[in-house]
Amino acid sequence: MLDFVQQLVSGIALGCVYGLIALGFVLVYKATEVVNFAQGDLMMLGGFFAFTFIGILGLNYWIGFAGAVVAMALFGMLAERVVVRPILGYPQFSIIMATIGLGYFLRSIAGIIWGTDDLKIETPFSQGVLRIGSLVLAYDKLSVIAATVILCAMLYLFFNRTTLGTAMRASSENMLAAYYMGIPVKRVVSIVWAISAAVATAAGVLLAPITFIHSNVGLVLGLKAFPAAVLGGFGSIPGAVVGGVLIGVIESMAGFYLPQGWKDVAPYVVLLMVLLLKPEGLFGHHARKKV
Amino acid sequence: MRFMFKTDYEDDIKLFPHGGYIVTYGVLLAFLVVAPFILSSYLVSQLVFVFIYATVGVGLMILTGFTGQASLGHAAFLAIGAYTAAYLQQYNVPFPVYFLAAGLLTGVVGAMVGFPALRLQGIYLVIATISFAFIIEEILARWESVTHGNEGMRVKALQFLGTAVSRDSPSFYFLCLAVLTLTIVGTLNLLRSPTGRAFVAIRDSETAARSMGVNVSLYKVKSFAISAAITGFAGVLFAHKLSFISPEMFTLQLSIEFIIVILIGGAFSPHGAVLGAIFIVMIDPFLTYLKDDVPGMIAAVAATFGAGAATAAKIQANVAAFASANGLKGAIYGIIIVLFVLFEPLGLYGRWLKIKLFFQLFPLYKRATFKRQKIYVKSERNR
Repeated sequence: MLDFVQQLVSGIALGCVYGLIALGFVLVYKATEVVNFAQGDLMMLGGFFAFTFIGILGLNYWIGFAGAVVAMALFGMLAERVVVRPILGYPQFSIIMATIGLGYFLRSIAGIIWGTDDLKIETPFSQGVLRIGSLVLAYDKLSVIAATVILCAMLYLFFNRTTLGTAMRASSENMLAAYYMGIPVKRVVSIVWAISAAVATAAGVLLAPITFIHSNVGLVLGLKAFPAAVLGGFGSIPGAVVGGVLIGVIESMAGFYLPQGWKDVAPYVVLLMVLLLKPEGLFGHHARKKV
Repeated sequence: MRFMFKTDYEDDIKLFPHGGYIVTYGVLLAFLVVAPFILSSYLVSQLVFVFIYATVGVGLMILTGFTGQASLGHAAFLAIGAYTAAYLQQYNVPFPVYFLAAGLLTGVVGAMVGFPALRLQGIYLVIATISFAFIIEEILARWESVTHGNEGMRVKALQFLGTAVSRDSPSFYFLCLAVLTLTIVGTLNLLRSPTGRAFVAIRDSETAARSMGVNVSLYKVKSFAISAAITGFAGVLFAHKLSFISPEMFTLQLSIEFIIVILIGGAFSPHGAVLGAIFIVMIDPFLTYLKDDVPGMIAAVAATFGAGAATAAKIQANVAAFASANGLKGAIYGIIIVLFVLFEPLGLYGRWLKIKLFFQLFPLYKRATFKRQKIYVKSERNR
C-alpha cells in the first residue's frame, strides 16, 4: 500500500511536469490553432537561460527565474513573428513541420552554445524531504505540483475572466470574425506565444533539479507532454493537466508493477485506446463541420 | 509554347502527355542504367539509398500528399518490412517470397492502423501514428525470440536464383531501381484510376467526397494499406542494403526524415519524392565536404583579398571550429525545413515547375498563379 501511494505521488509529480509543458501546447493551440512541436524545446531553452542567469552570472534564484521567464517570453514572441505568423492560415501540416524545424534548430543551437553535458541549477527546493508517517516526499517534486496547481488556476482565471483572455478565446474560435470585432489578432497571437514560452520556462526551471538540463530534455519530455495534451482534449486547460497527471501516474505505475519496457510504452497504449473510444480526447468538445 | 488539344478523357490521363516526356525520361532511365558502370562505387551506393528513400517517399505521398492523412509513423512500417525479411531469411525462404510477404504483412498492419485512424483528424492522427511507431519500436526491442532485441539482426546477402547478390553489386542497384520505377508507375496508374481520384477527393474535402458517393472509410483504409505496403517493400531493400538492423534505427527521427523527403521535394508528385530523397541522402556528404574543404577555401579567398598568412590561418581555424561544431547538422536541417515551409511550400519540384512556367510564358508569368489560399475562418477543430 505504501509503495502504491509513493508511486502515486511520484507519478503525480512527474505528471504535473508533463501537464506544465502540455499547458504550453494547449495555450498556443487554443488561441491560434497551431500545434507547436517546439514547445519542449522552448522549455529546454528556458532552463538554459535560467542556468546562465543563476549558475553563471550568480544571480539570486528568484531573480534569475524571473529573468529567464521574461527573456523567454520575448523569445516566444520573436519565434512567433519569424516562423509562425507568415504561415498562419495555411494547412495545419505546414505549421507542424515549421515548428518541428524550429525545434531541430533550437536543440542544436543550445547544444553548440551550452555544450552537451547535463547542467544543474541550485534551487531552494533541491535538498530536503517532507515526511508524512513513512511516506517520503522530496521538496523538488512538491514544488512542481504546487507550481502546476497555481499556474493552472491563474491561466484558467485569465482565460475566463479577463478581456484579453476572452479575446484569445474569440480569435481561436474564428480569427476573421474576431478581427472584424476589433480584436488585434496579430498582437493577441504574439502575447499567447509569450505566455506559452513563459509557462514552458517555469516548467524548465522547476524541472532542473529533477531531470537536469541538456539539449535533448525538451524533446524527451515534449514527446510525453504531447500525448498528455491530446488525452486532455487539446484545447482544454484543465484537460492538459489532468492528461499530464494521468500519463505520469500510468508511467510510474507501469514502471513499478509491469515488466520492464512497459514504462515507456504504457502511456501511448492508453492514449491510443482513449483516442479510439473518444477521438476528441477526454475534455475536448466535438463539433460537426458545417458545409 | 506547346498547345495540347485534348479531345477525350483518355488524352487527359495519358502517362506521357507528349513525345517530349518519352525523350526526357528515356534519357534519364538510360543514364541510370549505365550509372553503376561509370560512377564511383560510393556514388552508386548513395544512389541506392536515394532509390530506397524515394520509394518510401512515394508510399508516404499516397497517404499524406494525395489522401491528406498525415503520418509520423512510417519508420515503423519500414521496420516491419525490414524485420520480416530478416526473420524469414533465417529459414532460407527465397527472396521473392519474403519480399512479397514483407509487403503483404506491412500492408495488413497498415490497414489495421487505418481502421482506428478513421475517426481521427489532423493533430490527433499525427499523435496516434507517433504512438503506433513508439509501440512498434518497443515491441522490436522486447520481442527477443524473434527480433533479438537491442542486439539487432544480421541480414545475409540476398540470394536470388541460387546466386548471392551483394549489397554493393550493380544487380542490387538494378533491383532497387526496378522497385522504385514500378512503384512510381504503379502510383501514377493508381492516381488516374477511380481509387486515386477518390483519394484526392478525400484530401480536398471529406464532406464533398462523401456526398459524391465516395466510401471515405474504405478508401482511407486502402490508402493506409497501400502506403504501408510500399514502405514495407522499401524496408526489405533497406535491410539488405544496411545488412544489419536494430530497433534504434527506426525512431521518430527517421519518420521525420521521410516527411522531410516529401516536404522538401514537393508532396504533390512522385518527382518530389525523388528530389527530396536526393536531398536527404546527399546532405550528409555535403556537410562533410563543407567541414573538410570550405575552411581552406575561405582562407584562400581571404588571402587573395590581401589578408596576411597569420590572419588567413586564424580564419581557417575559426571556420573549421564552427563547421565541426556538434549538432550543426540539426541546425541546418531545422533552418532548411523552416525556409521551405515559409518560402517554397510546393518543394523543389514546385520550384522547378515555376521556373519552367516562367520561361514558357515569358514575359507573361505572374506569381499569383501559384499563390496559396489562406484560410483564417475555418477552425480545424470543427472539421
